Amino acid sequence: MDFNDSPEEAAFRSQVRAWLDAHAGPFRSGSSMAARRPSHDELLRLAKAWQAKKADAGYAAITWPKAWGGGGGEPIQQVIFNQEEQKAGVAFPFFTIGLGMCIPTVMAFADEATKKRFVGPAIRGEEIWCQLFSEPAGGSDVAALRTRAERAEDGSGDWIINGQKVWTTGAHYSDYGILLTRTNPDVPKHKGLTMFWIDMHAPGVEVRPIHQMSGGSEFNEVYFTDLRVKDSQRLGDVGQGWQVALVTLMNERLAVGGASGPNYREILELARTTLGADGPAIEDRAFRQRLADWYVQAEGLKFTRYRTMTALSRGQTPGPESSIGKIIAANQLQDLTNQAIEMQDQFGIIADPSIAPMEAAFQQAFMWAPGLRIAGGTDEILRNIIAERVLGLPGDVRVDKDVAFKDMPRGV
Amino acid sequence: MNLDYSDDQKFLKDEARKFLEARCPPSVVRGVLDDPDKSYDADLWKAVAEQGWLGAAIPEVHGGLGLGHVELCALAEELGRALAPIPFASTVYFCAEAILTAGSDQQKAHTLPKIAAGEWIGCFATSERPGPLSADTLEATVRDGKLSGVKIPVTDGDCAGFALVLAKENGRPGLFIANLNEAGVTRETLKTLDPTRGAARLTFDQVPVWPLGAPGEGMDIVEAVFDRAAVLLAFEQLGGADRCLEMAKDYALDRYAFGRPIAGYQAIKHKLADMYVKNELARSNCYYGAWALNTNAPELPLAAAAARVAASEAFWFASKENIQTHGGMGFTWQVDAHLYFRRARQLSLVAGAPATWKERLVGQLDRKNAA
Ligand SMILES: Cc1cc2nc3c(=O)[nH]c(=O)nc-3n(C[C@H](O)[C@H](O)[C@H](O)COP(=O)(O)OP(=O)(O)OC[C@H]3O[C@@H](n4cnc5c(N)ncnc54)[C@H](O)[C@@H]3O)c2cc1C
Repeated sequence: MDFNDSPEEAAFRSQVRAWLDAHAGPFRSGSSMAARRPSHDELLRLAKAWQAKKADAGYAAITWPKAWGGGGGEPIQQVIFNQEEQKAGVAFPFFTIGLGMCIPTVMAFADEATKKRFVGPAIRGEEIWCQLFSEPAGGSDVAALRTRAERAEDGSGDWIINGQKVWTTGAHYSDYGILLTRTNPDVPKHKGLTMFWIDMHAPGVEVRPIHQMSGGSEFNEVYFTDLRVKDSQRLGDVGQGWQVALVTLMNERLAVGGASGPNYREILELARTTLGADGPAIEDRAFRQRLADWYVQAEGLKFTRYRTMTALSRGQTPGPESSIGKIIAANQLQDLTNQAIEMQDQFGIIADPSIAPMEAAFQQAFMWAPGLRIAGGTDEILRNIIAERVLGLPGDVRVDKDVAFKDMPRGV
Repeated sequence: MNLDYSDDQKFLKDEARKFLEARCPPSVVRGVLDDPDKSYDADLWKAVAEQGWLGAAIPEVHGGLGLGHVELCALAEELGRALAPIPFASTVYFCAEAILTAGSDQQKAHTLPKIAAGEWIGCFATSERPGPLSADTLEATVRDGKLSGVKIPVTDGDCAGFALVLAKENGRPGLFIANLNEAGVTRETLKTLDPTRGAARLTFDQVPVWPLGAPGEGMDIVEAVFDRAAVLLAFEQLGGADRCLEMAKDYALDRYAFGRPIAGYQAIKHKLADMYVKNELARSNCYYGAWALNTNAPELPLAAAAARVAASEAFWFASKENIQTHGGMGFTWQVDAHLYFRRARQLSLVAGAPATWKERLVGQLDRKNAA
């Protein structure tokens, strides 16, 4: 076991640092102080420009082939770059779904012309993608979706799409999306699905932001009314949409994972400056015990990612250990922010960044953590996945497996 | 970066597993459990010594294999999985590490070859009373080179040939080597939660001792040794926790209730998923600890504390929920689940309880972040 960078890794890291030192400056979104926080549009503009800069230097998609506009590098280099980019304060969230999930799906299923058309602009941040899977009828059970795609009657081979998606992160600023639809309701639910890529600006697509419990509007409802798409926009065969979706979801597990937001360092800092009943909260024994638990979890997750990297750098398939990431990260964020707020006693209720300690980072994350426990697979679904795919335990009792979709029991 | 065993280390670990499956099946563990006069399995001890495991991390000049601490961690993981009822931890993780850390050349030359050969069983005698270890309350005392006082509980104190004893000298804590075959030593075997790991009360009455390390530095040495032992113990805990998850899984797949395997019910599936999550978190922290131990990194105290906290939690959770998964069977003497439940408690106390380690961890973190 060797925990330090290898000589090649160290060289890459210093090369990245030097590059970030030279270029990151203008892209930092400034202090996160509320008053000076950039608007969403301003942030998006910065992010796109930064992404283009990275692409020019081969840092935008480090592990992808150069021919596609990537960097032709190793997974470990991507990890190193991410670490340094985070430290430099220029890591933006807008491209994760596109580059982490949608484009890999396009790469796996689209024809050459389509790949050529989309991969480059996505890498350069010129076009943003969203994932149109979840519906009111099903998120965990996404294969229960109802959005219909039917062949146009004019013999063109085109498809006409009607229905509704929900919880679509970034749909309001996305240019394209991958859309999972039902093409055959007469067969069991997994067998009647088909995947398409769509233009989010096409007529027949309507995006309505959803007001989240956290106050913001990062995700949306998306309505389709007689949206016409070409058969060449199909990803994978007709009826094979579930297999295509699994590729996306597999990539999701790699892309989602670490939670951002305050961690043990921030709460330690808060505890130093917050007076408890008997001196600074950091001296409170009960608090210290919990802090130790958070530290151990956070370090455990970090080293679990390093184990995955080790497997990759040895040319092996990573083990299933990365599946533990989101359960731990999301629950820790909830527990830790709750504790940080409680530590402030009556004052903890204040969510105004210009008044609350640490610019209300804890209050904000407190309102965001419930979503993290749901997004990208709920706690319960992730436990099922670990139990079934990692430990090999039987699936749940199913009443929907061999029933035609149209005859499936359904609620609201 | 490289956070996994190397191929050679994996090979060593696989061989160790095969060896222990043959030499240390549950019947051997139960042989110690069921026989009040037996505090360890002497045949297994001999066999393990012949494999060279006791000296895995002892340099070749002192009669060891000189492999390194990651190799020792790999062995620890397998010993923990097999619940090996031998004084391995006391002798190797505590005593050999203490002598390697603080011993003089003469002490190393005198003791390490005997340890590596399995001729000397050691024990580490620090505790005297309920509650965390503290220099302030120490009563054992060395005067004119002679030790008097009571140490309790001392794991393997009933079978060891020598002890490293924490005692006061001139009002300051020191660490001392005592030969337990001297006149003036009384041993009394204790009834403990885990009879597969013997423990004793040691009473010293004017027993000549040999100081280990500088006078007054006893607590510092003990803490340094605890850091090292904590990593190795964490690997034993990890091995035990993995085995509990396997047992629970195998049973859940075979046991039917309401017409299907209980492994199909979410309450059981999620329980086992939680075990898996805790075990993987522990494994990652353990690997980091192994690296820090092997390289004597300045991060060792923090890494060791994290490994110990994570592995103690994982083994505790896995061992209790393994019983739960077995239902009534789990509560019987006959099913091995309680052997792990007992060992989980023993291992998480022997170098100080998790609460103490969390306190150490935060102390380290606080200093580091303040710096
Ligand atoms: C912040 C955020 C961003 C999102 N972004 C996107 C996006 O970009 N694109 C997209 O397609 N989707 C997105 N989603 C949707 C997300 O994937 C779903 O919300 C999630 O999968 C849960 O589905 P659901 O909301 O339908 O809840 P349900 O599936 O109805 O779940 C309700 C409850 O039932 C439990 N449950 C369901 N099935 C089982 C079972 N078999 N066993 C045990 N318990 C079960 C769940 O765990 C949950 O507690 C996002 C969600 C959030 C919160």
